[in-house]
Amino acid sequence: MLYVELLAQGLVQGSIYALVAVGLTLVYGLLRILHVAHAGLFTLGGYIGVLVTNATGSLFLALIVSMMVVGVLGMAIYRLCYQPILDKPPYVALIASIGLFIAMEEIYRIVFGPYGISYQNPPLQSSVEILGLSLRMGEVAVGGGTLVLIGALALFSTKTRFGTVWRATVTDPDMAESFGVDIIKVRYLNFFIGSALAAVAGVMVALLNNLVEPTMGSVPSYKALAIIVLGGLGDVRGTLLAALALGVIEAFGTIYLGNYLDRDAIAFAFLILVLMVRPQGLFGRA
Amino acid sequence: MLGLSGYEISLITSMGIAVIFALSLNLITGFCGQISLGHAAFYGIGAYSSAMLTKAGMPLAMGMIGAVVLAGAIGIVVGFASLRVRHDFLAITTMGVGFLFLGVMRQWDFVGGEMGVSGIPGSGLGKPGFMILVLGLVVVTVLFSLHLKRSWMGFSFDAIADDEDTARVIGLDVSRYKLAAFAMGTALAGLAGALYAHNVRFIDPESFGFVESITVLAMVVIGGIGSVFGVIFAAAVLSVLPLWIQFIDEYKLLLYGGLLFAMMRFSPGGLAGIAQKLSSRKAVKVPGGGSA
Repeated sequence: MLYVELLAQGLVQGSIYALVAVGLTLVYGLLRILHVAHAGLFTLGGYIGVLVTNATGSLFLALIVSMMVVGVLGMAIYRLCYQPILDKPPYVALIASIGLFIAMEEIYRIVFGPYGISYQNPPLQSSVEILGLSLRMGEVAVGGGTLVLIGALALFSTKTRFGTVWRATVTDPDMAESFGVDIIKVRYLNFFIGSALAAVAGVMVALLNNLVEPTMGSVPSYKALAIIVLGGLGDVRGTLLAALALGVIEAFGTIYLGNYLDRDAIAFAFLILVLMVRPQGLFGRA
Repeated sequence: MLGLSGYEISLITSMGIAVIFALSLNLITGFCGQISLGHAAFYGIGAYSSAMLTKAGMPLAMGMIGAVVLAGAIGIVVGFASLRVRHDFLAITTMGVGFLFLGVMRQWDFVGGEMGVSGIPGSGLGKPGFMILVLGLVVVTVLFSLHLKRSWMGFSFDAIADDEDTARVIGLDVSRYKLAAFAMGTALAGLAGALYAHNVRFIDPESFGFVESITVLAMVVIGGIGSVFGVIFAAAVLSVLPLWIQFIDEYKLLLYGGLLFAMMRFSPGGLAGIAQKLSSRKAVKVPGGGSA
């Protein structure tokens, strides 16, 4: 029974990693930028979620507002921060992104206070029994929500015209452009979708912990980087699998390795181990 | 002594340690173009080594040598990673090394776990004596950096930073030079860490976290990647600014983050790049600015 519970916990945690990491891997696939500031958007998503829920009482409305605002901000970050330095060596964008992320966390601390904010009436706190497992509604919502969103993303990218254009641009930007694709528009869309997914993850984490604090993005940020590397950088399917795998490995690792390594170190030990054997990532192509 | 107050002496000591630490990263990231997001781990390895050795009764010199050797040895192991993975993969791997170091230190009771190590022996030289020791080591580090930059090895580093594949084609033993850069850079970080440990006399895992890694990277980047004097200037200013002005301490991270971002966004060559541009209108290329 312990195993099943650990597995379930791991999958819930993994879903959150997946939502954050998909946005990162989309940006990397398109622009070859490690978008560390993505986790700043995740945190902002959590803040907006809690603030709007407390103001209106509707979690659903909060989710929508959070996705829209954070999505648009993601597009602004692309336009104002990344577009002007795309032709520079890759470390330039990486370091700029780290700087931006640190500054964002500090701004949240200054604006919203260092101790974080919580839901006045936390929604989805009741628990349900599924297959003999007692789960909180929030955890079920996280798992289900992730499944729905990722499914919608998969449908959008394979079944719609814009989705096809998007995938074509990721595969070969020059070729896509010569076929008349407006690649700038694709990039905006890319940042909007990725950032909106991070916002959802932020709202969900806020729900699970009933707390949003300025630094809540730090750990997911670094782990999401590890995940997209494991997934083979830019590979969405690999990223999803790596996110779920990491969630499960952490859940088990905390029990069995907890005396030697803390939870965060387990993820990176796994990452380093994998990279030494497969430098292109678990699911990356050589 | 020397007409300096105790406060000024400790300020100069911290400044000197920061300069050595920043120059150590400059060897790896600046000269050889290998980005590291986990450099604070080696600073930490040095600090812990020297702290444990001197607490076990060894003299200060042995503690410092132990710190240099251990940090350098682990640095070579991490250097092997740089032979396996490149660019963005390397950045994430080194970041992972940083977190791994923290994770191990937090759980390892022998080195105090979360509580850290307290009661680390002082240098035995008194505050002014220790400051002079640190400044002496700063001078040695600076001279070494300048010499290295103009040596055959420095030119090879430069070639590898610019374009690793081309460097390999013209017959440079890229792997050996990369390992050398990691070995020297991490050993030097170990030295800086040892000095830090005997200066503050208390260390815990949090002193060597991701923020420290980014802080030292900020010094290198803001000074100008690869520029010795730019990095010295940035390290000196950024390390004492928060101590000098309490107001800045509160907003230290905002300042670092903002500066990092603004520097990359508007002048990727750092202060050295700006200085170069101002002094010569012809300058179009950033000095020593290799690709990561």
